[in-house]
Amino acid sequence: MNEMKTYKLYVGGAFVRSESGRVTSVTSVTSDDGEVLARVATASRKDLRDAVVAARGAQPAWASATPYLRGQILYRVAEMLDGRRTSAADELVRSGWSKADAAVEVDAAIDTWVWWAGWADKLTQVLGSVNPVAGPFLNVSTPEPVGVVGVVAADRPLADLAGVLAPVLCGGNTAVVLASAAHPLAALSFAEVLATSDVPGGVANVLWGDVGELAPWLADHADVDAIDVSGAPDGLRCDLVERSAGNLKRCAATSGLRRPQTAGEFLDLKTVWHPARV
Amino acid sequence: MNDRSAEPEPLAAAQTFAGYAPAPESTSIVTLADRYDLWIGGEWRPPSEGRWFPTVNPASGEPIAEIAEGSAPDIDAAVAAARAAFDGPWAATSPSQRSRILFRIARLLQERAREFAVLESLDGGKPIRESRDVDVPLAAAHFFYHAGWADKLDWAFGGGVHARPVGVVGQIIPWNFPLLMAAWKLAPALAAGNTVVLKPAETTSLTALLLVEVLREAGLPAGVVNIVTGGGDAGAALAAHPGVDKIAFTGSTEVGRSIRRATAATGARLTLELGGKSAHVIYDDAPLDQAVEGAVQGIWFNQGHVCCAGSRLLVQESIADAFTERLVARMQRLRVGDPLDKNTDIGAINSGAQLARITELCEIAESEGARRVQTTAALPDRGWFFPPTIFTGVDTSHRIAVEEVFGPVLAVMTFRTPQEAIAKANSTPYGLAAGVWTSDGARILWTAERLRAGVVWANTYNQFDPASPFGGMRASGFGREGGRQGLDAYVNLEAAS
Repeated sequence: MNEMKTYKLYVGGAFVRSESGRVTSVTSVTSDDGEVLARVATASRKDLRDAVVAARGAQPAWASATPYLRGQILYRVAEMLDGRRTSAADELVRSGWSKADAAVEVDAAIDTWVWWAGWADKLTQVLGSVNPVAGPFLNVSTPEPVGVVGVVAADRPLADLAGVLAPVLCGGNTAVVLASAAHPLAALSFAEVLATSDVPGGVANVLWGDVGELAPWLADHADVDAIDVSGAPDGLRCDLVERSAGNLKRCAATSGLRRPQTAGEFLDLKTVWHPARV
Repeated sequence: MNDRSAEPEPLAAAQTFAGYAPAPESTSIVTLADRYDLWIGGEWRPPSEGRWFPTVNPASGEPIAEIAEGSAPDIDAAVAAARAAFDGPWAATSPSQRSRILFRIARLLQERAREFAVLESLDGGKPIRESRDVDVPLAAAHFFYHAGWADKLDWAFGGGVHARPVGVVGQIIPWNFPLLMAAWKLAPALAAGNTVVLKPAETTSLTALLLVEVLREAGLPAGVVNIVTGGGDAGAALAAHPGVDKIAFTGSTEVGRSIRRATAATGARLTLELGGKSAHVIYDDAPLDQAVEGAVQGIWFNQGHVCCAGSRLLVQESIADAFTERLVARMQRLRVGDPLDKNTDIGAINSGAQLARITELCEIAESEGARRVQTTAALPDRGWFFPPTIFTGVDTSHRIAVEEVFGPVLAVMTFRTPQEAIAKANSTPYGLAAGVWTSDGARILWTAERLRAGVVWANTYNQFDPASPFGGMRASGFGREGGRQGLDAYVNLEAAS
């Protein structure tokens, strides 16, 4: 018999229960008698605000870390997930996945973390430019992180999460992730990977709860600079984009597409001019 | 005083200097119609509601023509025409043919530069020196730059993708650089193969309407560019139109927010270039004479009707008095007057409403305790004018330090350390532009890295170029215009098979 673990939220580098005290029971989809697999702390609005505070606090240091270091840390995430390959897949199987699907899911997530790890020290070269202006100036455009990014992750708890979180972190942003509503166990277990991968506390925060309740607060929050709504249900997306108008968040629906422009959705271009003449 | 040479010259000298004989540009090159219709589907159409409104020369207050007041049915017609052109003749136009049409537009603009410059100053109030030397040449340059991209788009995005046009684009532009903003919007949109519905600003439609002649002559197919003039209602109808695939807006942050909400419902893509309260940081080792000129260029270019105006001057405390004295002396030499006079530095305020807002914000600044310094030369006795103005003793919480004035009004504040300069510069929700002056290269890079702004001018200010991406961070909007990165707003990327 398994221990009936209580999965906690991951905020500011610590695993916390919801301040609201809310807990949800996750039942097995494979047994008919509604066997409780685990209990999951269920995030409140206050938890979301705490996560934004943690993300804001961690952002300057993460942005000023060298791209080489950020790349190594993202690669470390892939390594740590690889080390937990068996248990991560088992957890998916207990949640009703086939063994084959679970293995594919874990592999896809590892692959995505490795792919983005290699982008950290290349985004500036690929998205930035030296611009040939018609005058005696050096003119250089470089991408900079927007700051704190809210991420509504889609259903696949490891691969989809990797696809939207890795590009956000890659460019120097910090994140507040609303994990897959359908598969809390795998997503919150993945937070344990983040916690042991040298990702500084607060850089990636993972919440689980009712997306319909939490996501609008994320879109409203004045200290969130951008939001990826690709995981939000269709009926919710329009509302989230509308709410983002308050502080003119950048809104993206990247679906985790593997291209540098996905990271670019969360980067602001800065163009610097300087005279070049004597 | 630290520097004897910084003593301002006596006022009398400045007034003599300002008393040069007038050198007005002739308006004979411009032929105005009495009344302008809407340009939809390659023909002039009267507005559906049958209403026109006067467009006024702000330097005289006199109406110079009547402009059609477009409304929702006109926007419907224009979007339908743009869609038909997108699916029809424009889709059938090869990328290299698009490229050639854009090159021709650039050439035709250069050839008719004087006509466009005079009309711009006549309708908008900006000094002819600026419309002649900045607005029109840059507008032509934007078409020329983007012409070359039309058949090279896939190379702009780094591989693995095809760049496809977005579709029908709605573009809403402001009154401060009417032709130049039309060029910033139209050139990349057309280069990427989109069709356009353009809504010029209510007070400055004429150069966009004159541009129609250039577009026709260049061989742009009917319906590729449609121009619906009018006020906020026409803009709102365009922003919320379900047949539009992308909206590009330049204007106020408040209107930007409402457009964000409108496009959330339609799902249209969006880029916004909004307001600013840009910081201009002067360190104690800056080359003072050059920095003074930079501050002048920063705030008094185009009467301060510039979204990226350096309207918050942050001067290091040790040089603040000396710098401000030089700046005030320089300000006294600015000539305010007839926009069409080639000697004029500061033209007319674009509208009576804008003049009222500038006047009010200056009164509030005084009531909050800031000290007003203004030029003393007489203003023209008709039209809308406001003297170049500096506020000293400004606190970071004063409204003059927080709100966009969009006029020739500078708020001067001080700082002691570079860290304090950054903190003050970034203490605004905006993030459009910033300036920094210092002789220390490492300090330039340190400062530029920390300023939260989409454009940073180091030892210069208010430079623009079609190859240089322009646009803001935070509440100044998102998306870029110009450069390789500016194309992104006008394409959908598809995975290359």
